Amino acid sequence: MKGSVAVVGGGIAGIQAALDLADSGFKTYLIESRPSIGGVMSQLDKTFPTNDCAMCILSPKLVEIGRHPNIELLSYSDVKSISGEAGDFKVKVVKKARYVDEAKCTGCGSCTEKCPSKVLDEYNAGMSKRKSIYIPFAQAIPRVATIDAAHCLYLTKGKCGVCKKVCGPKAVDYEMKDKEIELDVGSVILATGFKPFDPSLLKQYRFDHPDVITSLQFERLLSASGPTQGHVTRQSDGKVPKRIAFIQCVGSRNPRIDRKHCSSVCCMYATKESIIAKEHDPELDITIFHIDIRAFGKNFEEFYNRAQEEYGIRYINSRPPETIVDARNNLSLRYEDFDSGELKTEAFDMVILSIGLDPSDSTRDLAQSSGIALDDFGNIATGIEKPVETSISGVYVCGAAQGPKDIPDTVAQASAAAAKAAALLSKERGTMIKEREFPDEKPLLPEPRIGVFVCHCGINIGSVVNVPDVVEYAKTLPDVAYAREMLYACSSDSQVTIKDAIEKNNLNRVVVASCTPRTHEPLFQNTCREAGLNPYLFELANIREHCSWVHMKEKEKATEKAKGIVQMAVAKSALFQPLYKQKVPLINKALVLGGGVAGMTAALDIADNGYEVTLIEKEKELGGMLKHTTELYDGKKPSDVLDVLTCRVYENNRIRVLNEARLTKVEGYLGNFKGIILSKGEEVPVDFGAAVVATGARNFEPVGLFNYGKDAHVITQAQLERMLGEGISANNTTMIQCVGARNKDREYCGRTCCIDAVKNAVRIKRANSKSSVYVLYRDMRTYGVMERLYEDARELGVIFIKYTRDPEVQYGSVVVHDSMLNEDIEIASDLVVLSTPLVAGENEVINQLFKIPLDKNGFFLEAHPKLRPVDFATDGVFLCGSAQAPKLMSEAISQASAAASRACTILSREFIETEGAVSVVDEARCIGCGTCVAVCPYNAPSLQEVTVTSEEVSYIAKKSRINPAACKGCGSCAAACPVGAITAQHFSSKEIGEAIDAFNKDIGLIEPKTGTVEAVV
Amino acid sequence: MSAEAWEPKIVAFCCNWCSYGGADSAGMGRFQQPPSTRIIRVMCSGRIDPLHVFNAFLEGADAVLVTGCHIGDCHYVNGNDKTKIKYKFLESVVRELGIEKERLQLNWISASEGEKFASFIRDVTEQIKKLGPSPLKPEGVS
Ligand code: FES
Repeated sequence: MKGSVAVVGGGIAGIQAALDLADSGFKTYLIESRPSIGGVMSQLDKTFPTNDCAMCILSPKLVEIGRHPNIELLSYSDVKSISGEAGDFKVKVVKKARYVDEAKCTGCGSCTEKCPSKVLDEYNAGMSKRKSIYIPFAQAIPRVATIDAAHCLYLTKGKCGVCKKVCGPKAVDYEMKDKEIELDVGSVILATGFKPFDPSLLKQYRFDHPDVITSLQFERLLSASGPTQGHVTRQSDGKVPKRIAFIQCVGSRNPRIDRKHCSSVCCMYATKESIIAKEHDPELDITIFHIDIRAFGKNFEEFYNRAQEEYGIRYINSRPPETIVDARNNLSLRYEDFDSGELKTEAFDMVILSIGLDPSDSTRDLAQSSGIALDDFGNIATGIEKPVETSISGVYVCGAAQGPKDIPDTVAQASAAAAKAAALLSKERGTMIKEREFPDEKPLLPEPRIGVFVCHCGINIGSVVNVPDVVEYAKTLPDVAYAREMLYACSSDSQVTIKDAIEKNNLNRVVVASCTPRTHEPLFQNTCREAGLNPYLFELANIREHCSWVHMKEKEKATEKAKGIVQMAVAKSALFQPLYKQKVPLINKALVLGGGVAGMTAALDIADNGYEVTLIEKEKELGGMLKHTTELYDGKKPSDVLDVLTCRVYENNRIRVLNEARLTKVEGYLGNFKGIILSKGEEVPVDFGAAVVATGARNFEPVGLFNYGKDAHVITQAQLERMLGEGISANNTTMIQCVGARNKDREYCGRTCCIDAVKNAVRIKRANSKSSVYVLYRDMRTYGVMERLYEDARELGVIFIKYTRDPEVQYGSVVVHDSMLNEDIEIASDLVVLSTPLVAGENEVINQLFKIPLDKNGFFLEAHPKLRPVDFATDGVFLCGSAQAPKLMSEAISQASAAASRACTILSREFIETEGAVSVVDEARCIGCGTCVAVCPYNAPSLQEVTVTSEEVSYIAKKSRINPAACKGCGSCAAACPVGAITAQHFSSKEIGEAIDAFNKDIGLIEPKTGTVEAVV
Repeated sequence: MSAEAWEPKIVAFCCNWCSYGGADSAGMGRFQQPPSTRIIRVMCSGRIDPLHVFNAFLEGADAVLVTGCHIGDCHYVNGNDKTKIKYKFLESVVRELGIEKERLQLNWISASEGEKFASFIRDVTEQIKKLGPSPLKPEGVS
């Protein structure tokens, strides 16, 4: 058994799985075949439904991977095969020759600049050129160049060799060869993602026309970092288009080309791209041609509505139209308008193909080489109740490799896979990881002695800013004891130089003038720490991104500005004080609220990871909603799944179950919570380090709608489910979808109701093929591989009629207006079944207890809709299942394992480390007004009663205290405190003030110091 | 010094997670800007104390820019909501002091909006060049 895991694929799925594992004590190899990690998400401009900037939320994760001590990143490497068994796998990896030594390359980009060979840039989906030696995108990790061997002039023709000549650190190596290595790991996680569908397979869309592009290409056009800096122009003539059409389902829902699945994300990304395009150019006219709009996720329906109402995006219901190119090369689309039944042709300036998600080549190759079973769609096969387990025990899967899914579902599944791998290897936890070791910190002398290191960054800074001049200037600044220039401050040899300088000159503050702290601060902080300096005594002066790169033509002014920036950094750093992350002990136990499938799964996964769990359930029995389900989508019996789970929970001696129980009190914070549970009239105290909220949801009762409650023949889908389970057959059934959903009162889509309806329609038909089953729907939202269920239903003769006006339920029949035929149809029905959504349970109590937010529908609000789907903004509390929003059983299980994984990243720690630069209260000045308590989103400050003695009178006063374990260091409280009693350390008003002050003295006004500076250059 | 050559001095407060990143992206995209601005990095725009802004004016800033993440994107849940409130107050005080409204500006810039950051700096510099030095500038500071 090995305490290590190989994660195959460095997209968002692989990244999340690797981070979770590395954070919970496992050595993790992350293997990515491209030069940089980031996957398709790195190419996205924004993410739906919040239109968050994709790179902004992704890039911190990339950096985290790059510097995690327990993650070994193997980029530009392919996995050839996986062999062995759970606990002991051998993974064969080929490290492809990148012809650049990763250890030496500083990512300065000089080679790229000088390289004469240009090739199509895959990062911009082929819409611009990159060089043959390149870094794929600005935020790439690892930030090292790669030579594209197929196009490099030296490697193909033996000519050129420029990159080698210009490379300062001598990293280019034309002799490099592919290298095969073998990894010994305990478990493997497959996160091999998807491949965008190639639309040239479908001639009718005329992808050969330059103005017919894929949605991924359009995404790049919209992006500020794309080929046109975010200006949407036509490829053919560079003109700004006026009318744009999206064709949905290109490469999805198409059995003729063997793409039977729905790709799950295209409706939403088309909506998103339309909104962004409209935001860029409000005059744009955008039409989306769709079969159904599948806005099934949390806040998707709202997003779709906004697209129509606020942005005027036109949605036309039709089969995917055909693209027509006329003699003058103009584009038009021919389509049948389902709403009117008419055949129409319309001209457009640009056509976007919403391409689907195909299984990736590496998924297929790995399945073949290593004997991993695939499902009918070519995805890695999993069971409905085991959504991350592959056919090989110990090999797990997550993300689009398991089936099309969006980012939050991918991230949840990635954490789930991590939980399973960690549970398998829990005995080996911590055996293969290393802690960084540092020398003791040197005592801080009262006098600041600042060292300034000014970087040339190859020619990036040096060709614009006069670096020696800046160094000379730095020497004249107060408290500067040493200054020098460096060619590449970030290269590994420079770290040695900096450490030596600290040592020899007794430096106690360090300023590096180079690039952005957002990427490089941790590197230099580490260097300082290695030299015995507290990392908070370091400051970066950004003279590259904020200076040389943006004032390329004004060398003198840029030099002046660089001096100014250095001066501000020096002034600020003189005030720096050492700061320490505090270590607080924690309770390695968890509390799980809710004993449904989600709660039980979470409890089991945490227990399998080796931690004690208290599981509380409000009812007498465990099981939640699944108790009332009578068949699963794949035909399995729910009781089989439920019995196994319940047994395992009761038999697990790390799990304590409390029935008929509810939480009544909680205090504490991450790692150290204390609560009271009321179970069967008894108060049970509970201590825990992390909690998982899995309280589920409940069915909506459609009282008063469609004669429900008045006519006994009108029932809900949940009632039909039970009926069918009891063997009661149904004849002539009409189902009405979206009852109590997607309307003014309840805007969201119920997500599971379409799938439930189709499943039960199929059951009725299978039991009695003579029965007639009608489904009246608005959009059929059988997303992902559930599309097959929809197809089965149609094949069995279930009739689907789209309605736009509410149907009318009469005694014994339903009348619906068929807009295509433009007439009312009367359907004789013995049974009318209303499909209603899940609605939020009584979440307010928990919301109050943990101070965790609810969304406008009463469901719990996750920390971030994309990348933190099972986290709360409050640390130490996690979320899963339908308590977050309605979801399918398999999704709830994925999320539950994910929540367990996230909880284990905390429970596996020996202590909790707090943020170093936290805010502190000066009690003498605090007036106990509570403003800080009100502004803090993390509940870090609290008012305490303190006895104050002043002039021999003692009295009790309220004073604020900030809990360093809860403070994240944003500084909002310091800015809000009316009496200035709060200091946001490292960003104190004094420090900021010094910087502002220095700005005033900028260049020329300062009096040069004489004599005392001992500076060596 | 001729009005043409006079370069205003602008202080921009940027939050670490978004607008500072926007300034970085401007660099990465090589979006050229006048060298008028000095950036002060704070973790969140919510850290920006009105006092810092006044301080900057009193130290000779010709304009002060308050920037942060787009509403809803704040790394610390809602720091920028608080910034918005404080900014309203700042605006009113600045108006009271008789300073032109161009000299104090608020902008939400995401880490990917390099071009937006650059054009913001270009625009503000242009506007301030027209207005000339700040009336609050202490003597002896150019
Ligand atoms: S982190 Fe950018 S505004 Fe709060």
